[in-house]
Amino acid sequence: MLDSKIPEGPLAEKWTSHKNNINLVNPANKRLIDVIVVGTGLAGSSAAASLAEMGYNVKAFCFQDSPRRAHSIAAQGGINAAKNYQNDGDSVHRLFYDTIKGGDYRSREGNVHRLAEVSTSIIDQCVAQGVPFAREYGGLLDNRSFGGVQVSRTFYAKGQTGQQLLLGAYSALSRQISKGKVEMFTRHEMMDVVMVDGKCRGIIARNLITGELERHAAHAVVLASGGYGNVFFLSTNAMGSNVSASWKAHKKGAFMANPCFTQIHPTCIPVSGEHQSKLTLMSESLRNDGRIWVPAKKEDADAIRKGTLQAIEIAEEDRDYYLERRYPAFGNLVPRDVASRAAKERCDAGFGVNETGEAVFLDYASAIQRYGKTEANIRGLKSPAASEITELGKQVVKAKYGNLFDMYKQIAADDPYETPMKIYPAVHYTMGGLWVDYNLMTTVPGLYAAGEANFSDHGANRLGASALMQGLADGYFVLPYTIGDYLSQDIRTGEISPDSPEFSAAEKEVKERINHLINNNGTKPVDEFHRRLGRIMWNECGMSRSAEGLKKAIEDIQALRDEFWSDVRVPGSDDGFNPELDKAGRVADFLELGELMCKDALERNESCGGHFREEYQTPEGEALRDDTDFTFVSAWEFTGDPKESKLHKEDLKFENIELKQRSYK
Amino acid sequence: MDLTLNVWRQNGPEDKGHMETYPVSGVSPDMSFLEMMDMLNDQIIRDGGDPVAFDHDCREGICGMCSMFINGEAHGPGRGVTTCQLHMRSFKDGDSITIEPWRASAFPVVKDLAVDRSAFDRIIQSGGYISVNTSGETLDANAIPVPKPQADEAFSAATCIGCGACVASCKNASAMLFVSAKVSQFALLPQGQPERASRVKRMVDQMDEEGFGNCTNTGACAVECPKGIDLSNIARMNRDFLKASADSE
Repeated sequence: MLDSKIPEGPLAEKWTSHKNNINLVNPANKRLIDVIVVGTGLAGSSAAASLAEMGYNVKAFCFQDSPRRAHSIAAQGGINAAKNYQNDGDSVHRLFYDTIKGGDYRSREGNVHRLAEVSTSIIDQCVAQGVPFAREYGGLLDNRSFGGVQVSRTFYAKGQTGQQLLLGAYSALSRQISKGKVEMFTRHEMMDVVMVDGKCRGIIARNLITGELERHAAHAVVLASGGYGNVFFLSTNAMGSNVSASWKAHKKGAFMANPCFTQIHPTCIPVSGEHQSKLTLMSESLRNDGRIWVPAKKEDADAIRKGTLQAIEIAEEDRDYYLERRYPAFGNLVPRDVASRAAKERCDAGFGVNETGEAVFLDYASAIQRYGKTEANIRGLKSPAASEITELGKQVVKAKYGNLFDMYKQIAADDPYETPMKIYPAVHYTMGGLWVDYNLMTTVPGLYAAGEANFSDHGANRLGASALMQGLADGYFVLPYTIGDYLSQDIRTGEISPDSPEFSAAEKEVKERINHLINNNGTKPVDEFHRRLGRIMWNECGMSRSAEGLKKAIEDIQALRDEFWSDVRVPGSDDGFNPELDKAGRVADFLELGELMCKDALERNESCGGHFREEYQTPEGEALRDDTDFTFVSAWEFTGDPKESKLHKEDLKFENIELKQRSYK
Repeated sequence: MDLTLNVWRQNGPEDKGHMETYPVSGVSPDMSFLEMMDMLNDQIIRDGGDPVAFDHDCREGICGMCSMFINGEAHGPGRGVTTCQLHMRSFKDGDSITIEPWRASAFPVVKDLAVDRSAFDRIIQSGGYISVNTSGETLDANAIPVPKPQADEAFSAATCIGCGACVASCKNASAMLFVSAKVSQFALLPQGQPERASRVKRMVDQMDEEGFGNCTNTGACAVECPKGIDLSNIARMNRDFLKASADSE
């Protein structure tokens, strides 16, 4: 039933031949076709700008006060591309291979190869737009390494790569807005998709300032609304990041794929207390130069937790650089899922280094020395003093990671140039999302999903610096082509009317739900439910999962959802600016999604990538996949209640890569 | 810690607005300023009141959404941080804290502490881009070498987060720092040269049309800028604007 529509032919020719054979819409007809884009992050902005350049009439929506604030802005480390500028053996095939392997063989060969192919165009495009990537002294682009790979293919702009790429896409979008080809709706939230004759023909949006509901009709709708990591309450996502657009689509027939595949990022600033509202990532790029360790002796760990011993007082031989010890080939640059689990293992064993016992050290001391010596040589200093080397080394580290170090200092009130940082894994990204075919169309005709909102490219674990690559690949280079295949059928349809009974019915449904929330008169604020949901998800559907825990979580979430609907208090009214009401709608959807994630995790009786089931591990504690029974994409169909969701399977075929146990040793 | 908050309440752009006082207790020094505001709102909601509306999103200092004028300073005490990165350890037990929105006629209040900064978007739309279509068939990225110092300076200008602290800090509510940061980013790069003159003119014209004030070189904007955008960008923009105006006459 699920047709991924992967083109026939050799892997490396699929995308080219697909583009050559796809139906096109001629320029005059494009002017007759309307497309809605929900979300203005990397995928949404780039898609809206590109579609408008091609001639379609685009309406773009974001809930923030400006499209430039979408959470892609916070991506730090970089963007991958198979340019091989460093001449270190990189190629499209190697990027493809690393991504499939990094995803623990749970993604589609065809999609991933296309991603690797278009990666090089992204860098060219962004440079042409004036994105100020880091450069070497010769004026050419610099690269660095990220986890799970052995080449340097990551392009970056200090620790603010996402910001610079998003501002690039935002500028392209702004250019189309000025031309009138994109109509921009800021502070608008998509409340539902509207189906007419089995096709997606528009959305109901809410103006978040006035509270008014609006009907927007179009020939196709693109959801680029990001991931759902905020279901955990504490995550590196922005406060407003939500699943609602995807979830509404899911309830109207779009399948949710691999919802349990969540990325827990190994290097985040640890939780400091109950009041915490979000977690802050420390870029994976820090693992290029930083070394991760915990004390080798338990008594040292105890003393550190008590505050009677400082990290710098522990002798070199009493430190356990556990990633270098366990994974000598990749060391500190193992993929995220592996690094996160290894940190949890050490902390669970009693070696954690903060008050809560949930932190490990990320240490820059040796990098500062190494860079200091090189810099002294560059400057021709004869026998420099140790303090001079340290000072020079700090300057180099500052140039590379300065903003990250500043951020750490600000939050943790500790100076990372002098003492190692404390880090711990946190929820960061969701590989799962709306199921899409090769054309990025969901199971609903005319409804597309791009960027983190879809599930397509990262399997069970995403490699660092690949989210930016996928968002821009989808928006600039994939969707603008593939959407034509569908829209070419629509050139005679004419304008879609927002006055049809289908739009009225959808609007009425939205209004009723809002009324319920506003008039509920419960006793507890929305955040309380969100926090409690997050705790259930983190404990039972986080870094490690078990059948028993997941079953309990499902019951707990159901109970919490009932309590929410009977006892939530939403202040204010529905006819004005009311952030609490916006939040209530989003949390209501998270309370359904959470259950589906647990159900998916329970169904997948194997460990792969970020999905670690305690029952399925190797004697060394590595993830144990089951390729015989689980080499498939879980695609869930909504049937009225999350607990009744129906599982469909898309079998994954590996024709070019041999499935192996992933090893980074 | 126990604090007294004096918070600006304003129910929409037409409302006159007023200060209201709220005591909060049990504030932890590890909380961020916005987490302290969350705590206040939690208390207000449980008491059946109307929570204080404020803008925020990433809470890691990069999205530019948070925007509070705290004790007379944009983003509060401390340099190089946004409100979301300000921690309560910057305050003392018993402090009174005054919290206001950005005040500028080009930034009308939406509600309480949230303002409308769409004027910034319109300035970017007027010319804050390089006119290149998406084709994937542009020059190879390394065919456009950029000297490192120039690339670094363009990057520094490009780090502006568009929060509006510069406008809020300026006695004239001038947007020169914001506009000049974008003008400079492209003026420093070879890709930005073809539209350099027209860009600066269009963006400055739009800035004026939005009702931002003039620059009188007091430099308050750069002092309060959470990203350390340099005043030299304004000088560069002035030069470019003058040159573009002279050349077109």
